[in-house]
Amino acid sequence: MTPTNVKLQGRVLGKSFKTFAHKQAMLFVLAALILVTGFVQPSFLEVSNLINVLMISSVYVILALGEGPILLTKGVDLSAGRVVGLTACIAASMLQRVDYASKVFPDLPAMPLWAPILFAIIAGIVIGLLNGAIVAYIKVPPFITTLGTMVIVYGMTSLYVDRPPHGATPIGGLRDDFTMISNGAFDISGDLRLPYIVLIAVVVTIVMWVMLNLTRTGKNIYAIGANPEAATVSGVNVSRTLITVYVIAGALYGLAGSLQAARQGSATNNLGFTWELDAIAACVIGGVSTSGGIGTIGGIVTGVLILTFLNNALIILGVSVYWQQIFKGLIIITAVAIDIRKHLKRR
Amino acid sequence: MTEIPNVLELRGITKRFPGVLALDDVSLTIRRGSVHALMGENGAGKSTLMKCLFGIYRPDAGTIVLDGKPVEFSNSKQAIDSGISMIHQELHPILHRSVMENLWLGRYPTYGVGPLQFVDHKKMRLDTLQLFKELQLELDPDIWLTNLSVSKIQSLEIAKAVSYNSKVIIMDEPTSSLSEAEVAHLFRVIKKLKADGVAVIYISHKMEEILQIADEVTIMRDGRRVGTYPAHELSTNSIIKLMVGRDLTNRFPQRSSVPGEVLMRVENFSSPNPKSFQGVSFDLRRGEILGVSGLVGAQRTELMEAIFGIRPIDQGTITLKGQRKKINHPYDAKKNKMALLTEERRATGIFPILSVSDNTLIARWERYVNSLGVLDLKKGEEDVQTSIQSLRIKTPSSRTPIQDLSGGNQQKVVFSRWLMTEPDILILDEPTRGIDVGAKFEIYTLIIELAKRGKGIIMISSELPEILGMSDRVIVMCEGRLSGDIPGEEATQELIMQLSTKFATMGDMNDAH
Repeated sequence: MTPTNVKLQGRVLGKSFKTFAHKQAMLFVLAALILVTGFVQPSFLEVSNLINVLMISSVYVILALGEGPILLTKGVDLSAGRVVGLTACIAASMLQRVDYASKVFPDLPAMPLWAPILFAIIAGIVIGLLNGAIVAYIKVPPFITTLGTMVIVYGMTSLYVDRPPHGATPIGGLRDDFTMISNGAFDISGDLRLPYIVLIAVVVTIVMWVMLNLTRTGKNIYAIGANPEAATVSGVNVSRTLITVYVIAGALYGLAGSLQAARQGSATNNLGFTWELDAIAACVIGGVSTSGGIGTIGGIVTGVLILTFLNNALIILGVSVYWQQIFKGLIIITAVAIDIRKHLKRR
Repeated sequence: MTEIPNVLELRGITKRFPGVLALDDVSLTIRRGSVHALMGENGAGKSTLMKCLFGIYRPDAGTIVLDGKPVEFSNSKQAIDSGISMIHQELHPILHRSVMENLWLGRYPTYGVGPLQFVDHKKMRLDTLQLFKELQLELDPDIWLTNLSVSKIQSLEIAKAVSYNSKVIIMDEPTSSLSEAEVAHLFRVIKKLKADGVAVIYISHKMEEILQIADEVTIMRDGRRVGTYPAHELSTNSIIKLMVGRDLTNRFPQRSSVPGEVLMRVENFSSPNPKSFQGVSFDLRRGEILGVSGLVGAQRTELMEAIFGIRPIDQGTITLKGQRKKINHPYDAKKNKMALLTEERRATGIFPILSVSDNTLIARWERYVNSLGVLDLKKGEEDVQTSIQSLRIKTPSSRTPIQDLSGGNQQKVVFSRWLMTEPDILILDEPTRGIDVGAKFEIYTLIIELAKRGKGIIMISSELPEILGMSDRVIVMCEGRLSGDIPGEEATQELIMQLSTKFATMGDMNDAH
């Protein structure tokens, strides 16, 4: 091989590494975050801690996988957190122990586990349908639509929770079979366990990946985000696609709400407050463009993991809660700044 | 003090766009205190020339001499500061601001100390009233533009151009939305400007206006100056001859299509907007290329978008192969085997950030749903490769974002998108706009090939040679109405030009609301 050939090949390799590094920048950030924290504080790398962080991440992953596709269509869903709160209360209220003293529905007979979770998901779907229909048919901007439903849903949740005989007390005393869903695990060996909730998050991730990459709805979502007018002209049913996106998101919020109630063992009307901001932040860190059409499922999951690992790392390193907020804000801006530079270069 | 009689001279202006020589060595001399009309077909280079003069484009060669001194503008502000103002063909008013704020935008009178400056609304209002009084314009300086009709906004735009106290005012289609009385008023303003020694460059398609107001007429064609003539030596017919007089060389492939039975019948199509298309009827036959001609603003695009279900209609019917159809949305049109290539490729055609693959398959994904209910991406990719080869699309790979391709190749991708849906009817709105000459020929060949395969093709084009070189039949629109339906062999440039202006007599438009 001549020297120029070597040089050329080296340059090509260097270039492809560079594009790879650019594309997977956030994966490197995540790896660096884990390794550096582990170096400073080895207990961070203990299997039990890592599994714990994955369990914390699971609910957020499901939430962000609902929010992400909405962002891909140039939309946003501010009601996500409040819908999680509503659905958590619905699921919790129907899954209290029979012998628990202050039940929301004292006369409710014991239900099969799946029924209340299904109700919660249906409630999420109804809100999603409402959001989607207003955005698609009345053409109120998503920001305004979901700002409205965010407030409405909080009011609904409060009405649901705050009523006789017990008033606005947390809905507690949840059945063990319910809380097990979010806290139980398959034991593998020693500390190594596979929590059910992580398994659920993985299944949801796979389903959403298939939806976004292998179905017409997924292709239409990207097309609408890239150029809504061209999508309309190409015969894409834009309204139906938008409604589908919001409905899927609603269903996922319902699932996330149920899992979160089970994880905490209780629910209040304030559960999920500002979680939509975490979900949006995770998506954006994972490379989802708020101007639509750009973003992947892998990116969204990476974004969630970066946020939760960062949070956990700061706690383990003994950084104050206030500083955690400042770090979180900085990483959001930094991630988008990197992302924008990537796209600026293209022009 | 001796004044130079020629206030402005353009010498040998040349401007090249990728693949197109838009202006070829154009020279123009404008006398002080005269009205100089600039005429030519769409795409003859009038607007490009004016944009070069106004500092929006930078000419590749040539000099601009203003008041005997060579000048060079790199933006419009410099042009305005040097004494050239322009009324643009497309207005860009700020609707949610007042009349006077629009008028003095960017040069508000202020008062204050040092860096602490406040807008002097009182002076602004007085200046506005003073200007309106000079121009005999009755308009409330404080009213929002949302409350004004299009013609009043146009009048305001004219007042704005005058307010710069320029030596030269360019007016690009200033009367396109004015009522008869307002046109008469504009002409009084122009005469006053002339008396004050201001030169006006006047661009219009309306012959009568030109013959009435202009002192000299320069005719342009294909980016070149045909000649400059005193207005009194010209007539409507002689202007048309000069504008279109050219031979048709071999710019178009041979075609030999024999139109068959009627594929689509459009009857009495009318828009809810009275200024848009009204009462249009026509037929499209199998294997026919139907050219749609007309001036800018003839509502051709609007009509086609309504046929395709993008715009609402007030009344009208579509009959496809003998069956009455309702088309309320593009997906209805697609189901009925229709396809539309839009005029604005960037705005409504391509998905810039998506790959060539995704751009090709977006209208036809349903074909690739397999038995599991998910998309067979591999099969889709095979079809994309086939279309890349058969249409000779130049792209590094099918995964390249379409925005990285040239205009011609982007257009071919949009073509292949619609060919994937196997349409019977293709509506092509300016299919060769912004495409270099070589790629144009390939697109023409493709269109003719499609017609040969029995598809019905509607082709909107603002380029007369394209209409004449390609069409089996030509329909002409003027001001939203059908003004002609002629067999291809009978169509001539003169005839089409006459039909294009059939209803466009001076000021026949009513005041817009």
